[in-house]
Amino acid sequence: MEEMRDLIANNSLFAGLPDSTVELAVGCAQNVAFEPGARILVEGEPADTLYLLRRGRVSLQVQRPSGKPLVIETIGPNSVLGWSWLVPPYRWQFDGVAIDPVGAVAIDGTCLRAKADADPVFGYALLQRISGVLLSRLQATRVRLLDLYGHSLDD
Amino acid sequence: MPGPFVPSPYRVVDRRTETSDVTTLWLEPVDQPIAPFRAGQFNMLTAFGIGEVAISISSAPGAPGAIEHTVRDVGAVSHALASSEVGTVVGVRGPFGTDWGLESLEGVDVMVVVGGIGLAPLRGAMRYLAENPSPGRKVALRVGARLPDQIVFPEEMERWGQMGVDVEVTVDVADTGWTGNVGVVTQILKELPFDGAGAVALVCGPEIMMRFSARSLIDLGVKPENIRVSLERNMQCGIALCGHCQLGPYLLCRDGPVVPYAPLAAELITEIER
Repeated sequence: MEEMRDLIANNSLFAGLPDSTVELAVGCAQNVAFEPGARILVEGEPADTLYLLRRGRVSLQVQRPSGKPLVIETIGPNSVLGWSWLVPPYRWQFDGVAIDPVGAVAIDGTCLRAKADADPVFGYALLQRISGVLLSRLQATRVRLLDLYGHSLDD
Repeated sequence: MPGPFVPSPYRVVDRRTETSDVTTLWLEPVDQPIAPFRAGQFNMLTAFGIGEVAISISSAPGAPGAIEHTVRDVGAVSHALASSEVGTVVGVRGPFGTDWGLESLEGVDVMVVVGGIGLAPLRGAMRYLAENPSPGRKVALRVGARLPDQIVFPEEMERWGQMGVDVEVTVDVADTGWTGNVGVVTQILKELPFDGAGAVALVCGPEIMMRFSARSLIDLGVKPENIRVSLERNMQCGIALCGHCQLGPYLLCRDGPVVPYAPLAAELITEIER
């Protein structure tokens, strides 16, 4: 379990948190790997996992009415993938598809929520970190709405 | 010697469509050439019978052959220029304005950040930096565009990457055929491949993009006074007489387009965006 503890502690979501906090997450975690093209998240399906990406990239996609998917974001190594496990209805909102061979730590969402409920100090630390990621992604999304490059989507 | 308002005739000797609304023109003098230029400067190009417009020079200074200008088709004059066929004669006045200060970048790490067609005014500087390595200097390029088909000079970026430049490109949205990064340009400015404290950043794009990029660079340790941005206004005379290009204390045709981000440009850009 030593290696798993290091993998989690080295991810940006858990970096700098006390060992005891990391240790609680270790009990819910396992190593996973995906081939390019693998659908890691499927829109509408139950969301039960927090992924800490170690290597490879994942594209977040949304299905257009035409059926042709649109890539709306790329998540890279040392980033966090998936937070729909955190709040009801616990369903993925987007598809997540591996672009490269992906290696990740998969942390069981139900397990993590139970530990957060039982240990508010752990729960608060976890939520603070996840809020940071959410804020960063929200700000990036807002910036993207600003027509940053002088083109509108209609161009 | 013609006066400063008399354009020199140049012939379009080649042209290339870069994107749906961006075209690069190769211009050679019909008679006497204009004075040598520095990377970052601009020329006033005339579409005879239609008008004159400021266009950045997109080739490298001192390079042999025709001068390159990359034109985005957004108005009557730029449309006429962008539509010019090989053989068309256009007018050229210049070069005007300030430059990227390449001579100050020996041995200094350089982060170049561009958005949209912003790579055009930096293309000459990028060519110079890629082709003239300096001991101890690392060069990185971060490019943001709305869509993959709005990225300009993709083959050249690939070549710079092969020459040792750390290149990353991101787009706002894409089809699944795009295997590059998707996200706003500030998302690929979360870390620098070198120490920001001693680095110089060259930033060009719409002002809102430059503002957000400069903030990210400062967060990464780049000193605000080491960030250079390219500002444009309604350049007309090119020699700081008419005042159309005034921005605060600057007459940008003379004092710009390249200015330090701090302290003045940062305030001016923020005021404009309010």
